[in-house]
Parts: sequence; C-alpha cells; structure tokens
Amino acid sequence: MASLITCPHCGVRPKEEFAIRGDASLVRPAPSASDEAWHDYVYVRANPRGRTVEHWHHVAGCRRFLVVERDTVTHEVYSVVDGAAAAREAQR
Amino acid sequence: MRYSAFSIVRNALSGNLNWKPQWRQPQPKSHYDVIIVGGGGHGLATAYYLAKEFGVKNVAVLEKGYLGSGNVGRNTTIVRSNYMLPGNEPFYEFSMKLWEGLEQDLNYNVMLSQRGVIMLYHSDGQRDAYVRRGNAMWMEGVSAELIEREQLKKMIPFLNYDHARYPILGGLLQRRAGTARHDAVAWGYARGADQHGVDIIEHCEVTGIRRENGVVTGVETSKGFIGCGKLALAAAGNSSRVGEMADLKLPLESHVLQAFVTEGLKPCIDHVIVYGGGHFYISQSDKGGLVFGAEIDGYSSYAQRGNLATAEHVMEEGVSMIPGLSRVRVLRAWGGVMDMSMDGSPIIDRTSIDNLYLNCGWCYGGFKATPASGYCFAHLIARNDTHPVARALRLDRFARGYAVDEAGAGPQPNLH
Amino acid sequence: MTAYRLSSGGLVDRSKVLSFTFDGRPLRGFAGDTLASALLANDQLLVGRSFKYHRPRGIVSAGPSEPNALVTLGSGARSDPNTKATVAELYAGLTAKSQNRWPSLGFDVGAVNGLLSPFLGAGFYYKTFMWPKQLWEKLYEPVIRRAAGLGRAVLERDPESYEKSWAFCDLLIVGGGPAGLMAALIAGRAGLRVILADEDFRLGGSLLSETETVDGSPASAFAERVVAELQSLDNVTLLSRTTVFGWYDDNVFGAVERVQKHVADPSAKLPTERVWRIAAKRALLATGAEERPLVFGGNDRPGVMMAGAVSTYAERYGVSAGKSVAIFTSGSSGYRTARGLSAKGVTISAIVDSRADASDAAPDGVRVIRSGAVVDTKGRQRLSGIVVERSGFEELIGCDALGMSGGWSPVIHLACQRGARPVWSEELKAFSAPNVGNGLRIVGSANGVYTLSGCLRDGVEKATAIATELGFNAAAAPVPVTETETETEGEPSFAALWYVPGARSKAFVDFQNDVHARDLGLALREGFGHVEHAKRYTTSGMATDQGKLSNINAVGILAGMRGVSPAEVGTTTFRPFYTPVSFGALAGTSRDGHATPTRKSPLHEWARKNGATFVDSGLWFRSAWFPRAGEKTWRESVDREVLNVRANVGLCDVSTLGKIEVFGADAAEFLNRLYCNPMLKLPVGKARYGLMLREDGFVFDDGTVSRFAEDHFFVTTTTAMAGAVMSHMDYCAQVLWPDLKVRFCSVSDQWAQMAIAGPKARDVLQQLIDEDISEAVFPFLAARSMVLRGGINARLFRISFSGELAFELAVPAGYGEAVAEQIMEAGRAHDICAYGVEALNVLRLEKGLLTHAEFDGRVTPDDAGLGRMFSAQKHDFIGKHLSARYGLTAADRMQLVGLKPVDKDKDMRAGAHLLKEGMKPSTLNDQGWVSSAGYSPVLGQHIALAFLKSGRERYGEKIVVWDKLRDHEVVAEVCDPVFVDPENKKLKA
Repeated sequence: MASLITCPHCGVRPKEEFAIRGDASLVRPAPSASDEAWHDYVYVRANPRGRTVEHWHHVAGCRRFLVVERDTVTHEVYSVVDGAAAAREAQR
Repeated sequence: MRYSAFSIVRNALSGNLNWKPQWRQPQPKSHYDVIIVGGGGHGLATAYYLAKEFGVKNVAVLEKGYLGSGNVGRNTTIVRSNYMLPGNEPFYEFSMKLWEGLEQDLNYNVMLSQRGVIMLYHSDGQRDAYVRRGNAMWMEGVSAELIEREQLKKMIPFLNYDHARYPILGGLLQRRAGTARHDAVAWGYARGADQHGVDIIEHCEVTGIRRENGVVTGVETSKGFIGCGKLALAAAGNSSRVGEMADLKLPLESHVLQAFVTEGLKPCIDHVIVYGGGHFYISQSDKGGLVFGAEIDGYSSYAQRGNLATAEHVMEEGVSMIPGLSRVRVLRAWGGVMDMSMDGSPIIDRTSIDNLYLNCGWCYGGFKATPASGYCFAHLIARNDTHPVARALRLDRFARGYAVDEAGAGPQPNLH
Repeated sequence: MTAYRLSSGGLVDRSKVLSFTFDGRPLRGFAGDTLASALLANDQLLVGRSFKYHRPRGIVSAGPSEPNALVTLGSGARSDPNTKATVAELYAGLTAKSQNRWPSLGFDVGAVNGLLSPFLGAGFYYKTFMWPKQLWEKLYEPVIRRAAGLGRAVLERDPESYEKSWAFCDLLIVGGGPAGLMAALIAGRAGLRVILADEDFRLGGSLLSETETVDGSPASAFAERVVAELQSLDNVTLLSRTTVFGWYDDNVFGAVERVQKHVADPSAKLPTERVWRIAAKRALLATGAEERPLVFGGNDRPGVMMAGAVSTYAERYGVSAGKSVAIFTSGSSGYRTARGLSAKGVTISAIVDSRADASDAAPDGVRVIRSGAVVDTKGRQRLSGIVVERSGFEELIGCDALGMSGGWSPVIHLACQRGARPVWSEELKAFSAPNVGNGLRIVGSANGVYTLSGCLRDGVEKATAIATELGFNAAAAPVPVTETETETEGEPSFAALWYVPGARSKAFVDFQNDVHARDLGLALREGFGHVEHAKRYTTSGMATDQGKLSNINAVGILAGMRGVSPAEVGTTTFRPFYTPVSFGALAGTSRDGHATPTRKSPLHEWARKNGATFVDSGLWFRSAWFPRAGEKTWRESVDREVLNVRANVGLCDVSTLGKIEVFGADAAEFLNRLYCNPMLKLPVGKARYGLMLREDGFVFDDGTVSRFAEDHFFVTTTTAMAGAVMSHMDYCAQVLWPDLKVRFCSVSDQWAQMAIAGPKARDVLQQLIDEDISEAVFPFLAARSMVLRGGINARLFRISFSGELAFELAVPAGYGEAVAEQIMEAGRAHDICAYGVEALNVLRLEKGLLTHAEFDGRVTPDDAGLGRMFSAQKHDFIGKHLSARYGLTAADRMQLVGLKPVDKDKDMRAGAHLLKEGMKPSTLNDQGWVSSAGYSPVLGQHIALAFLKSGRERYGEKIVVWDKLRDHEVVAEVCDPVFVDPENKKLKA
C-alpha cells in the first residue's frame, strides 16, 4: 500500500501519484443534524488499528477519489473502489 | 544513587561494579492513587512531577513495551518554543524553561544543547509569516531574531544560496532552542520518578478500563487488574485505542513519521536548520550523525515504519537545502506513530468520564513538550484544575470553535 | 612485513596494475582488488582509529559488515567519508585517507581517551558534566561535539549526478552467490523476468573464494559460466554493484546501483549512483551468512580478522593476511581457513579451538589447542602474538595474523524490515528469518543452509517452485555437483561462544563504537538489560555497520548475564538501510532548480520582453514589477505602476489564477453548496465574487464565478490554492454529492488571462473588440465570450482587483503573448504600462481587498469584513453548520481593519503585532497583527491591513504597531480597511 495502489481506473500506480484525505467511513450529516453530529463528522475519528477505509485521491492520474480498504498495521490493501460508487452505495 | 563527581570517581576506581539500576522493576501493587498509561516521555514526566511537585507519590506508570519504546526514543530530538498562536506559545515556553533546568532537577544529563533553531524563509510572504511568529514569541518574552540573507551566509555558509529552486532569503532564529538526548530524557524522568516512589512497570499492557457507575476504578492489564483512584492516559499514537477502552472517541488520527540518521561525521552542522521550502529539518547529534526528517507519510498507520517514496522526498528536500549533503550516506530510517490531532495542537484535559484524564494529540511536536506536558498533566490530575499555560489545549475546543490551528490547515490531520 | 601478496592465485588481474594512495603514500594493487585487499597486499594493517578510545584498528572483514576499515575516498567536493575499504573497488588514481586521528594515523593524540576509559564507560555522559551548570554549554558539550563522528563531510556542492528508476520483474534475487545464481539460472531459463542484484562488483559471492569445485571446474569458473549464460538471456537483468537496501510494502524493494563509484574520471553522461525501485512479484533473499567475531581480550588489534575474511583475501585476491597465521575458532570454519591457507604455503602457527571434542581436520603438522581460549593479544599497532589459555595455563604464541570464527548467522536483514521479528533457531544457534509469506523467500545460507551443494540445491528448488507458482514451466535441472563435499559433511558445526572468559584486556563487542563486554555488564547492572535499552545505553550496534558483526554477540552476552536464552533477549529492530545510502542517490535528479516543477505563465515571454523582474510564487514565476530606465529601487517602479493604473491604464498578467470550467444541469446547485454566498441565481453573462469555506467554517479560498450559460460556469481560484480547490471540488462532487449532474475540469493552463485596469481601460480594450463594451452594455460584473478582432475567441470579465474600471481578458494560452502585445500597442496612446504583482498588491491593499496574507486559514468571513456574503438563508453549504460555533462568532474575535501611521512619514510592516498604547507586551495584551502593509503612492503614506480584536468598533483608536523582532514601533490610527475610493465610483465608471 505504501508503495503501490491499484487504481480501478488506471491500474497499478505508485503512491506518490495520490493525495490522502483520510477516513472514508464518514458520512456528511444533514444540514439539520445536531451540533454533536457535525462535531463528530468534522473532528472525531475512529482511527482503527487494523482494517480501515481511507480516501485516496488520484491527483496525478484519473483524479478520482478512491476508497482504499486497508490495514493500518500490516499496510495490506484489501480493496480499492471508486469513491463515487462507494458514496452512492452508502447513501442508498 | 545520586550522581556527583565523587560517585563517578569512586565507581570508576572500583571497576564500575557498584552502580545500581536507574529504576526498580517492581511488581504492581493492587491499587494506586494514580495510574499513568504509557511509559514514554510524557507519562514518565507526568509521574515525576506528580510525585515531586504535587506530592502524589502512590503512582504507577504502565508501559506495554520497554520504557521509552515509543516516540520519546524515535524523534529528532528538537526542543524549541517558537510558536505563533497564543494558545501554544506560553505552553512551549514553559516547557523550554523546564528544559533549561532539567539536568539539575533530575540529576541526569539529558545533554540539552541550546545551539539555536533557525527556520528559513524563501519568499516575502513566508518572511512576513515568520515575522508575525517572531513577534508573537517576543510578546511572550521569548527572544527571537530575524536573520537576513547576508548574515545567514556568514552563519551557515553551506546552504544552497545560489541555485535553490526557492531562494534562501533569511531565517527566524531562536537561539535558546536546540536539541536534547531523547533516550536520556526518558531515563532521567524514570529515574527521578522512581526515586520519588513511583512504580514503573514495563511490559505491562493495558487491555481494559474498568468503570463502576461511570467512574473509572482501575485497569485490566497483562499483569492482572490494577485499581486506581485516577487514570491518566499518555499513550501517544495509541491514544485512540486506549481511549476506546473507555468508549472515548477522540479527535485523532495515527500517522507514521519517519526520521533518519546519517553515518557519524565530524561536526559540520552547528544549528537545527528547518527548510521553508518543505518540511525538512536537520541537526547533528553529539555523536556526529546528522538527524533529520520531514513530513509524515500521509496515510493513517500504526506501523513504526515508513515508505520509500516519502524517504526519497525527504532526501530531495535535504539536498535542495544543503547541496553538500549529496554524498553523505544515510544510515538508518525509522518510524514513529504520531497522534495527529485535528488542529495540529495537543490535548491535555479531563474527559467526560470521572477520574479519567487525557494527554494526547502531540502530532510531531511531542518531544519538546515533554516537560511542560508532564507538568501540566500532573497539575491537572493532582488539582483537577487546568494549568494556566494549557488552557487553550482542552478537548472541548473543537466543539466550542477554538481550534489552535498553527498551520491554518483546518480539520485534516495529515495537513498539520 | 606481515601481510603480503601471494605469488599466484586469486581472481585479480595481475597484468593490470592500479596505482592509488593511502594517507598520501603511493601504493599499487591489481584490477579486481578492493581497497582493503590492496592495502593488505601492501602490508597496511593499520587503517583507522576507533570512535571513542581512538584505538588503532585494522581490516576485520571482507565485505559490507566492516566496522573498522573506514576511509575517506576522494578529495574536495568528491570526498566520500566513512567508506568501507572492504567494499570499495580499487581503481587507478584512487585516493584514500584514514579518519578520526590527529595528527596522524600512527600517532593519534585522541588515544589518550583509552587511559580515561574507567571514567568513560557506557552512558558516562548521562551522569556527569552537570556541575557547574554553565560549563555544559560552554565547555563540556563543545568538547564532546569535537570528538564526534569519524569522517569529515565537506558539504560542498556535489559535481556528480544521480538518477532514479523503476523496475518490474517476476523474480528479484538479492545476492549473486551460489543459491542466487542457481535460482536466477533456473528462473531465467523458464522465462521469468528476473533481476539479480548483488552488491559486489563481481557476481559469484562465496563461489569467488571457494576452494571446492563445482561440476568439475573451480567454483569461480562455474560462477563465470552461469553469469555468461544469464547475460545471454534477454529476460534476465544482472545488476552488480547494486545493494538492495530496503524491502517495502507491496514487495517493492529499494536498491542502489553504484554506476560510477569505481571510476576515477566519471562520465558526465552517466549517473554516479542510481536508485532502483523494484516491484517484484516474488523475491528471493540469497544474502548468505555472516561469520561471528569472538569476544576476547585484545580482539581489536590490527591483524585480528574474521577467519572467512582471511580465506577470502587469500582465495579471491591472492593476499595472505600474515606470514604466520593463527586461528581461533569455536567451530569447523576456522579449520577450513587453515586448510586453505596451508595449501597456499602460508604458515599456520596454531589453531585454538574453544571446543573440547572437535573432530575437524587440521592441516598436517598444525598444532591444535582444544578447549583453548585466546585471552589477550600482543603487539602495538599490529599483532605480534596471542596469549592462549588452556586449563589454567597460559602460553604466548607468536603470529602476525589471527583468523577468528564464532560460527555463522544468516543475513536476514531485509526480511525483518517490515515488522516481522527474527526467530531464534536452537539448531542453527542463530536468529533466522521469520516466515514473511510467498513474496519474499529465503534461500541458501541466508536460510541456514551452509554447504555449497545445499545452497546450489536450495536455489534450484526455490526458483522452480516460484516459476511454477507464476505459471511458468521450469524444466527439471540437475543440481551441480561439488567435488568433495557432501551435503552433510560440509556443514559447518560450531559451539555458540558469545564471550571468551578470562580476558586480560578489553574484549570488544562493537569495534567501531568501542563497546566492550564490560559496558554491557554495566548496562545490565543499571537496569538497561532489555536489548533495546542495552543498545541505546551502550551504543552497541549503532555505528555505521549497524552491528552486523556485533549484535549477535551483544545479544548472546546479555542472554548469558541474564541467564536466559538468546530467544528471550531477542534482537533490536532491523530497519532500512541495509547499508548506508547517499542522500544524492535517494534525491536523484530532484535538486536545485529541479527540486520542484517550475510553471511559467503563457505571458511569461511577454513579461520578459517588457523587462519584468520575476518572483517565485509557489511553483510559478510571476512578474513582480517592470523596472524602467532610471528607476533605482523596486519601490520607484511599483509606485509608478500603481499611479499609472490609477491615472491611466495598466496590463497585468493574472494567468496564474486557477481556472475551472463547470458544466451540468446541477452546476449551479453544486457551486451554491460550494460557496458560502448564493450562486443559484447568478444570471447568465454575469460574474460574482465568491467565498469558499472549509467545513469548519473558516475561509478556504476566494475567487470569481461567472455564468456563461444555464449549465456552464467558469470559476477562478487564487494562484496558491488552485490545486487544493480543484481537489476539494473533486471530493465534493464525487464523495459528498455523487448524484449531482456536474462535471468540471481545470483549464488553468488553457487560458492566458490579463487584467486591464485603469480609467482608460475601456478605451484601450475597445480597440481590439468590435462589440460594444461600454458601461451601458457591458457593466461591472458582466462576463461573456467575445471574439477579438482577427477572430480570436476570448472571454471578457468586468471584474477588478484594483478598484479601477477594469477588465479581465482571457484568450487561448497560445495567443496570450500576441494579444498582450496588441493591448500594449493599443494602449500606447493612453500611456499604458505593464504592472506586476507588487503593484497589484498595492492596488488591492489601497482598496482593502484580500489575499491569502489575510486568509490564513483561521479567518471567518465576518473577521474579514465579508460577513454579508455568508448566506444563512441557504439550506446547506460547506462550512455552514460549524460557523455557528461560539468561538467563531465571539465578539472579541480579531477583525479586519485598516491602519494609518499617525506620523505620516513612518512605515509599517507585515508581521507586526498590535498593542494598546501604554500596555506592556504580553501574550494576554496582544491585540492583533498586521497582515499586509505597504506604501500607498496615492495617499503618500504607508498603510496596512490588520486583524484587531473587535476591530470594527475601534476605528479612530490609536494603536501601537509593535515589531519587536525588527526593533520597530509605530503608533497608527485604526480605520476602515478601504483607503481609496470607498464609494467605488471609479470601479463602476
């Protein structure tokens, strides 16, 4: 993971083509949601040790946000999918 | 055993056979007034000040690995108090002052070297930002100097003045800043805490936090249950994990930061130099190795190892700033797990759970903060009251809209 | 005279004599020598001084584990300090200098430290140098620092070049010894893409110093045959002189190839070193095994070497380490060295074997002392004899070299770099590699297979398995036959001997850092018995060799003292780099002007022709000002440009702004959510100033939004944030609102954009455009496509960053220069001038318009006086919810104000802070800070923008502009931040 990412659009690409944004499990609250919900969305992170999902932006490639499912200890990558597809899935 | 000229000579003449362990290896008692989770610099300093300054001596420090196995032993050893924001500068200056008396206080030479930290600027805009920072330091009574290019050339002749992609125009210098021997800080605090009666229990992993009626009563550990009056977390990169045991959700991401050391060289770099065209910083240890680092790898990680692309980038920045580094060979790279907070500043606070105290979010600035962090955390634990210099560093600052965002980068940990 | 070149033998080319110097002394060696073998051949036993006690030291090893023989190669800007003589390939003209000695290698004043050694034990410095306090900084630390390090870095500009490259393969083999070569052969023949990397300049590894025959030929000839076949295979890449230094995630390996380090006069066409990032489907670690030194009294005297190294020098380089060589061994390997030397006619004075019941065959007539121990060595700067103890009796045996062998440890460094810990093997009496999966397998001696035939077989088998795994057909290949050795008989046996009791003098564990056995004892006594503590407290294993020789003995000694198995002690952590790698190699071509990309505006040439002075702005070069003849300072030029824009007209390149085309049925909705001010109802043909927030409510960026059609917008960003805004938009569109019908792309590079500002701007511009652009037809904030005379498609915007009547004109980038020239031509009669970002900055400062000097990431719209742009009516936009937090709306927040010095002649500068008059400086009393400042030629005085606590209530108040950093203090009056034309009369003219 720290060396290569298999972009679903571009294939195997080196890490330095990507910018990492962070936790991809967060869902932006509704405008009417509580202060606490907004605070948690913007400021609180599960920060798991082990399996996590993270947004990697293929800035020097297809410019898609990818959801990279990976392990924060072994750095093994389990899956890489397009972020919009994942977001639609989550909103469904 | 107190260290003095006399004890050194006496021991040398007796073959150095009579030195005693610098701290005991006690079995945990069933109950302590305060248990500190994390036997790194901050946890040990907290224990030391609790016992020495606040009279709380029935204290245990629990460390899952060996003492000092976390970030206190894997940083680039820089100490400084050149911050800009009013929430930070008084705290770091308080720390700097503690550093300046630490060796006498601990009777342990942590080899504080006030060789000066200079941060280079490469544009007018960057200069203005440093001027703002320098004046913020002066507001707190901390001396800072703006070194202009010609003066800088005399001071540090080997910088890339003529060919740099971004011209080196000058720098902001804090002369009192410098370096300290990182391991010695952990050991010195451990020895000091131990002498004041603190039990330091290594290889004792906390596996659970026991609560009764919403109040913390103790911790489950690999050495069994240990009861406590107050529980204080100083677990750095593992803060989220330990917090989770008490259902705390924290504004943290754990990230890996690499640091590097070169082969030993005769003295050649006399300051701590920070490159403004990137994040690169470098100094030379008293053993001769050039110690340096730059930005975090960028993805969340609990692995104490980094990736090659970032390492290469660090070298690129190094050679950009000091072309003569090109033929110097890098000996070793290592990684530390940083508790990156959402605004780049630390958290010292109570929590929503009674008797549970929190010290985390040090990002990559934890080492320099060690004395103040320990002191302020001890103050909070002993008196249930925030130390004046740590008032801006409370956990609720995010909810209240008082982030201490030194980089102005917003709530994305890997940008700080 | 002790060490000498044998009259024949070895793989050196005796017909090619190479001249070189050591400490200025001219010496000669042969092609195929290392510096170490050539130094030995010249009887140069003393090659360096140790770190702490400055003890005289000689060559110990014949490879990368060398702790002692560190020299500085080359001179001046081409100096390479701390170079291991044992891996430095000899070339004609090589110059080497010894290190860490003064005034000379033979007589080194620093050696006095040895006398003080009782006081200089492990960690002594933590206990001392504290009294009195002041002396640490002034005396002790400088003294300690001066003693630091070994070699000297010149820190001069490196004249040589470096590069980096990616490589991809099916199988990477690390190490070109018997196992690695066989694996490469099998995999190569099967058709795998193979990369074989070896740090040596000659492939073959231990085959090159092997006395055994393989398939009937000398081992080195066998190696040569295999290499020749590998060279003939297109799918095999051989990388000699290439050290694989790291194993990273996804089976990517870092390697450094020393392309021209062995060349006196390197070609400018080639890099000196090349870093490879090798992505390998499979990898084999064929890195061999390391022989262990023995820890006995006086074991650091020049002439004491690893037994295997003694063999290597004799067999590969034709050099004998001495005339009379003794062997001290805890296993069979020492006998092997003795047999090899004896066969070459070298006298073996004795074999001292720590074991009682060894059955290894000594050469005829050689005395074997079983249950013996070397307890001291004699000689000054070279070995003259050893003191051997046996059953309580001591004996002095004369010898001028001693080969020591404490058994073997597999070299498993790479396999342990990603978190897996080595595993103690009771059988091997060594730490072996953990199982790290199929990506990286261990083969040959690195796998604990110590016989030649076993290594050959292991290479064949592992490569066959990998080929099959990857879907290749590996033809069954016979394992080459070795002459005398059977797989079990040749197995070296040894007894683990971590420390030789009865030392009469210092017994060194870590040679380079001068850590001796007693230091480890002291560490244990003081509570530093954990292997990581012991390392850090004693510095054992922290020298340039990273403890390749010493670590295992340190672990064994700690285990012995603690009464536990080495398994329980464990090892310290293996981390990159396997051997040190230069900054230059890792930086590659990214240096100086190439450190980051350089971006030039499409109007760069136009600006250059007009005499622009350029300034860096992020990646961009921007025109800062356009000096004219007679102007002596930048201020003169800038003042003129500003005044000319205010009075006449000016042209400024604003192409560096980020430019984004936004399309789609939901484009308006998308932008409405992105900006804090309303965008839904922006009319077609209009532009609007827009403010973007971060989700935490602070200003992210500002720019303009223009609508060309219902479903087509054009967005500009600031230069600095162009990339960040684009990424933010990607995130919002893809992750937050994937169902919005919107598409956008950056067109920053597609358009040249120029501001034409000043009262005469329209008169100038109208000359290029047929359409009417009068105030009535094309008023303030009009925006639409136009065709310039001559047919160039353009976009015209009535927007202003100067407060003047102004246009921004965008044309396809390739036409930028021509159009700019046209405008200058058209403007000549109107006294047009080119103006740069400095004048732009003054113009906006006079109008209180903001840049990222103000938007520092901690500013709300209201702080910036833009609270009216925050549309509370909108349902949702980025940053809305958290903007309502107490801290973002508090009355004492710092707000944007203007400042004018009370004394009009005084200046103010950005970065100053603000204090109430009469108040003492303190963080508590800090009232704010100056974000931008400059001289206003219109007002004839300095003005500034600042953020001041509750500033908007404080217009008229006198405040101290406090710039202690530059010893500058001015009293200023707080005022409205718009200094010029507050009614915007000129803007809408």
